[in-house]
Amino acid sequence: MDQFLQLIVAGLATGAIYALAAIGFTLVWQTSQTINFAQGEFVMLPAILVLTAAHVGLPMWLAFIVGSAAFILLFGFGFKRFLVEPMQRHGVLPLAIATMALSVLIKEAAKNGFSAEAQHFPSLVPDGSVSFLGAAVSARDIAIFVVAVAAILGLQAFITRTRTGRTMQATAQNPTVARILGVPVERMILLTFLINAALALIASYLISPVYLAKFSNGETIGLAAFIAAIVGGFNQIRGALAGGFLIGLIDNLAAAYVSSAYRAAVPLVVLVVVILVKPEGLLGRKEERTV
Amino acid sequence: MLFKTMAAAVALSAAFAGSALADTVKLIDVIELSGPGAPAGTNWKNGSDLAAAEINAKGGILGQKIELIHYDSQTNPGATRAAVQRAVDEDAYVVLGPIFSGPISASMQITQRAAVPQIVGGEAAAFTRQGNNYIFRTSLNQADSMPKLANYLRDEVKAKSVAVVWINNDFGKGGRDAMIPELQKRGIQIAADIATESGQADFAADAIKVKNANADAVFVYLNEEESARFLRAARQQGIAKPIIGETTLLGAKVIELAGDAANGVKGHVGLLVDAPKPSFAEFGKKYMDKYGFTSDHNGIKGYTAVYTVKAITERIGKFDREAFAKALHGARIDVAQEPGILIDTKWTATGDVDRESFLVEITNGKPVVKTTLPMINP
Repeated sequence: MDQFLQLIVAGLATGAIYALAAIGFTLVWQTSQTINFAQGEFVMLPAILVLTAAHVGLPMWLAFIVGSAAFILLFGFGFKRFLVEPMQRHGVLPLAIATMALSVLIKEAAKNGFSAEAQHFPSLVPDGSVSFLGAAVSARDIAIFVVAVAAILGLQAFITRTRTGRTMQATAQNPTVARILGVPVERMILLTFLINAALALIASYLISPVYLAKFSNGETIGLAAFIAAIVGGFNQIRGALAGGFLIGLIDNLAAAYVSSAYRAAVPLVVLVVVILVKPEGLLGRKEERTV
Repeated sequence: MLFKTMAAAVALSAAFAGSALADTVKLIDVIELSGPGAPAGTNWKNGSDLAAAEINAKGGILGQKIELIHYDSQTNPGATRAAVQRAVDEDAYVVLGPIFSGPISASMQITQRAAVPQIVGGEAAAFTRQGNNYIFRTSLNQADSMPKLANYLRDEVKAKSVAVVWINNDFGKGGRDAMIPELQKRGIQIAADIATESGQADFAADAIKVKNANADAVFVYLNEEESARFLRAARQQGIAKPIIGETTLLGAKVIELAGDAANGVKGHVGLLVDAPKPSFAEFGKKYMDKYGFTSDHNGIKGYTAVYTVKAITERIGKFDREAFAKALHGARIDVAQEPGILIDTKWTATGDVDRESFLVEITNGKPVVKTTLPMINP
């Protein structure tokens, strides 16, 4: 029973990271109707930027500020302004392919410009375990879960309870009507991309002490978050949230009770089943398009 | 007249080209500069560069300067085969590397067919048991290391049961297959037998399984980055039992990445800069001065591989690949004779090495040698 409880806690922590990245997929989908295939690299990169700033001699606290600001500027504002805007008018497919190219570019730049090797990344939470329902569980897992859930709840509150958030929702649902009603659509879309970058930033700082900071981390996280977003429902934040936790739990339980060799396959099996049975995802909304 | 001038120019340039070729001996490193093996490959590259620079500064080998070229194997068997083939096509005198056992097994037939000696960094037992006369190690074979570790677990740790965590590649599987029978022969029970994947990022589930196996000790046999991730996960899950491993687990890169989680880890190490030998200390200082970080065992392997080429070539007195391979089988190179070899080393008839090794514990982020173990056949 102890082992099962420990695996559930570890799975929820992993799932919280997947959920942060999966929500990014949802936000970009809602505003630009495309899939950001560089989402995993968005989670990998902030830690690399912080370490790069630290390597040039900045103290760690300043490296965090500089790395975070650089990331938000480049991959919140810059991503929208210099990639999404110019490509969007050419349709969804060219934009999706452009994000694939961006993914390769970020990964190779991190490898060649920083290091091909994994690097130690400081943890904001001390090592060790704490007692939870009679079982010793990782303090860091609990901290990751709490911080990630707090970020997601904060986002949900912002979207549903503030005027700006509701305006963002209106923009996502129908930008043409929103524009007619006087909503500053471009500004709302930019805000969405900045939020996506902020979520990726939080995910990066939470996961990098565990995975170690490495250029290839985005592959693992990006794939898991993509599966989580589809399983939960690509067009709903609550779907991405549920999908993230579900895939995190399945991932850890599969590693323990099936085998590490097949842990990556089990979420894919779940994905296939969901696509066959409920293609809009567990909590997603059916969408129809004229083609 | 014009024809005569052109002919003279061609003849002159050919003569210069010939003399340039005659003045260098080409060694080609095929090593893991990217992918999961990048920490190992980077150390090997630096070590081999350091050795080549030293040898060249003293006039080279038999008067010829070393031209050392590095090709990235990407820690991938397919890319390794292509790089080894390229090295053979480019007329390498000796191929150095790779380090990971899977890529070695996938590529060593190429050098064997071309009769080019290959000095590798792998530890898996299998590849020196295939009758290949051109493959040579720089480190101890797993089959020789594991009995020493099993004795340590029985005699020093007093373990009655052990959880075994290994990486599912040629290196890890070879280590696991060599270790489990040695433990069982000594009456030690296998409490858990846990396979993990190369490049695996999350070890929480594996650490939880190890913890709940409740073994007296944990034997960890993973590559560098995976070792560090496992140690951090083990610390997170509160594993308090002794964690024991082989050379990789106690390497400098693992200690750097794992931080405090590496403290208390114990095991058997074939090569380390902190070994109680002046030659290792001197190498460690030179490496640190040049590259700014501590060399792990792979840095030593790369360094000694180049010095092995020097010592054996000077022994045979010519650049002859076949004579080189023949001379290295059964050879012994002592530090007194060739200081660059760092530790007295013997090669067996199969290309395995025999040398002293060390029992080590990580204390305050530094490997501390507790015992020096003798050669198997001094």
